[in-house]
Amino acid sequence: MPDIKLTINGRPRSVEASPDTPLLWVLRDELGLTGTKYGCGMGLCGACTVLANGEPVRSCSTPVADAKGKKITTIEGLSPDGSHPLQKAWMAENVPQCGYCQAGQLMSAAALLQKTKNPTDAEIDEAMAGNLCRCGTYNRVRAAIHRAAGVKA
Amino acid sequence: MSIVNVSRRTFAKLSAAASAGLVLGVAHAADPKKKAETSTHGLGTFIQVGTDGAVTIWVTKSDMGQGIRTSLPMIVAEEMDADWSKVKIQQAYFHPKFGRMGTGGSGSIRSMWTPLRQAGASARAMLVSAAAAQLGVAPATLSVSRGVITAADGRKLHFGEVAEAASKVAVPKDVPLKDPKQFTIIGKATPRLDERDIVTGKAGYGADVKVPGMLYAAILRAPVFGGKVKSFDATKANAVPGVKHVVQTNASGTDLPWNGVAVVATSTWAALKGREALEVQWDDGEFATESTATLWQQFTEGIDKATPVETAVGDVDAALAAAAKTVEATYELPYLNHAAMEPLTATAHVKADGTIEVWAPTQFPNWAAGVIGQSFGIKQEEVHDKVRVNVTLLGGAFGRKAMPDFVVEAVQVSKAVGAPVKVQWTREDDMRHGNYRPASYHRVTGGLDANGNLIAWRHRLAGPSIETWMNPKTEKPHQSETGGLDDTPYVVPNFRIDFFSAKSGVPRGWWRSVEHSITGFVVNSFMDEAARAAGKDPIEFQLALLPAGRKAGPAEGPAKDYPMESDRLRRVIELVREKSGWGTKLPDGVGRGFAAQWSFLSYAAQVAEVSVVDGTPKVHRIVCAIDCGIPVNPDGIRAQVEGAIVYGLTAALQGEITIDGGRVQQSNFHDYPLLNITQMPKVEVHIVPSAAIPTGVGEPGLPPTAAAVANAIFAATGKRLRKLPFGTIA
Repeated sequence: MPDIKLTINGRPRSVEASPDTPLLWVLRDELGLTGTKYGCGMGLCGACTVLANGEPVRSCSTPVADAKGKKITTIEGLSPDGSHPLQKAWMAENVPQCGYCQAGQLMSAAALLQKTKNPTDAEIDEAMAGNLCRCGTYNRVRAAIHRAAGVKA
Repeated sequence: MSIVNVSRRTFAKLSAAASAGLVLGVAHAADPKKKAETSTHGLGTFIQVGTDGAVTIWVTKSDMGQGIRTSLPMIVAEEMDADWSKVKIQQAYFHPKFGRMGTGGSGSIRSMWTPLRQAGASARAMLVSAAAAQLGVAPATLSVSRGVITAADGRKLHFGEVAEAASKVAVPKDVPLKDPKQFTIIGKATPRLDERDIVTGKAGYGADVKVPGMLYAAILRAPVFGGKVKSFDATKANAVPGVKHVVQTNASGTDLPWNGVAVVATSTWAALKGREALEVQWDDGEFATESTATLWQQFTEGIDKATPVETAVGDVDAALAAAAKTVEATYELPYLNHAAMEPLTATAHVKADGTIEVWAPTQFPNWAAGVIGQSFGIKQEEVHDKVRVNVTLLGGAFGRKAMPDFVVEAVQVSKAVGAPVKVQWTREDDMRHGNYRPASYHRVTGGLDANGNLIAWRHRLAGPSIETWMNPKTEKPHQSETGGLDDTPYVVPNFRIDFFSAKSGVPRGWWRSVEHSITGFVVNSFMDEAARAAGKDPIEFQLALLPAGRKAGPAEGPAKDYPMESDRLRRVIELVREKSGWGTKLPDGVGRGFAAQWSFLSYAAQVAEVSVVDGTPKVHRIVCAIDCGIPVNPDGIRAQVEGAIVYGLTAALQGEITIDGGRVQQSNFHDYPLLNITQMPKVEVHIVPSAAIPTGVGEPGLPPTAAAVANAIFAATGKRLRKLPFGTIA
């Protein structure tokens, strides 16, 4: 299998994987970055969201070959200690229930705030519509994004 | 139930910590009914006060999002007067020393409330006793706050400083518990102890398990329920790089209803690719012709053959014949899947010495262990020595992860290949091999007297029950379906349930709030219809059926101490009426609907505000009042009720599993869509202050939602929706 060179959370990483392997499984199985979750495998739920050059992508349906040369950020790279304003806001609003989808929610929210410093409810809804949460934490997700935006402003 | 000092006995096996300090166990009574339970020598929850002052609590319940790993320790810490910042949690695994395990039925807080309070109070008394001896004062002269024991003269000792000495103190008998008015931790909105791990991606779910030498598996299961592998050709699968083994898996009754073929590989992706290349011939079995259409044919033909269940009151037929007015309506509910965000997964290792270790997001580690024992020829009394089930965090469960199938299946694969194996279910696997909320069909006939009072209720119900799936020889096929009916809080002088047990090969199980998800919709919808036929306000109509001061409930069993109290149901109804602004003007096109349900021993009432835009219901606001006894963690309660409302709303608006050719037609979130953020109403949760023992929280918020929305749509548009999901409204 080919050796694929990646940049994950600012670190150069090298993995052996077939080029069609979804980035998700490379992160989880090969690199041990299990914060990024599998939810649907079809880009329908957002649990696997990571940032590629700052843009949110669904790692379950992104072949690892497409990640070459891009700066990939996972939940582990948002901050290792929970100090990112979004992580703090997530804790302040007690957003997580089961927590499984929250890494994807946070990464989508991070991408949103990079572009839109103080999003409206409508802008939040648009950016977060693809991130499903079966526990129903959506109103707290929205509140936490507003809270983090306030901190950043 | 008693508190046992185990500081010198089992602790070495409990943890590798160097300084044990004080360790108490909570001994529960055995429950002889549970199979493979080894609770006779079980001590349940352990509490350790380390010499470093840390208070560690072993949590015997599975956390699937309800925050139980925080709320149970709160109860212990409260009675101990511990420093909350020094409280740590350890997840218990299947072992008799942890006693009864198993998480479901919204019962964790209720069942643990008294034992944990007593354990915490005992620990506090022992620490105080040790401190008193050290300080040379009487225990009664000492005060405790945040893990510090203070003498009248100001001298202080931390819990950690006396933990070792406390371990030599006799466990006190009849230790007094706090007056709830003194609570400083219980009742305070408390963030989850594992929240930081969740938001940093460190929290360990089932799929995050990795053990040395582990292989990854994907299983192709029989597409038709009850189908079997006739033959398979693994040639192409074996040719996929990374594929190591292809092995068959076998059904084992309702504990594991699937036959399949597992592809075992060096990575998840290789296993999935290998599975795509598999060629399997199936024997589809007896349910290959089942479809939603054949099911509904059974229901509609069977509903008039329904026979009375034993709880009839009065003479319904006579009362209906004599009624001034009768109202009749039929309601239809589909099969539903749980669809937790974490698809099923389990990791198993059948070791060379014959012992078995499992890591799984399971609600019932004890059930899984028992079935593993039966499946692999381990004597029941040896299961606890030979089977270890480690409980991970659950990425949602909602009842699906109660079932042992996904755990036992992983053990089969590990045994077959002789290595630790993680079985990863895809979303499609999870959607098509569930234990579904049963579909059902209801015909309700109500009788009103000349004054518009409800005097008769005949409830005909047809459907395949959970009971007939779990226990095919049952003589009471209805008993899993009638909660909310046979224990109805409403006083209707003539009341009868008729049940028709339909046949279906679709596996059935407990879905959040179980049958209350059904009866909550049907009863509250019909109440609204009957109220309108009587020309009465729907809330007044229900209150009139709840005479003040009434208590009702079973005379025996675990629920006997928690009768339905009509005053508490009336209170949540009155509170939601007030908080929702019931009766005040709404914008044009928006209607209000009301519903209430007593379930899992808690009381919930909701008012929804809904309009219909281009045929699509738009839910603007849902107000909920809940009485679940003493609120342990109020923010956790709010979160659970918010979540239950979203779960119920998803079912109301768009949730439906259909069957064709004996198989589930839906596969992923495009055809089984979950509610998303753009569909969210404003949700307000009002918790009734209470001094009663805490009762259910995870489920009671769900049952009223669908009916509140349906009743609101009727108020807004005049259209009565009697079929779930509502979908697009013509």
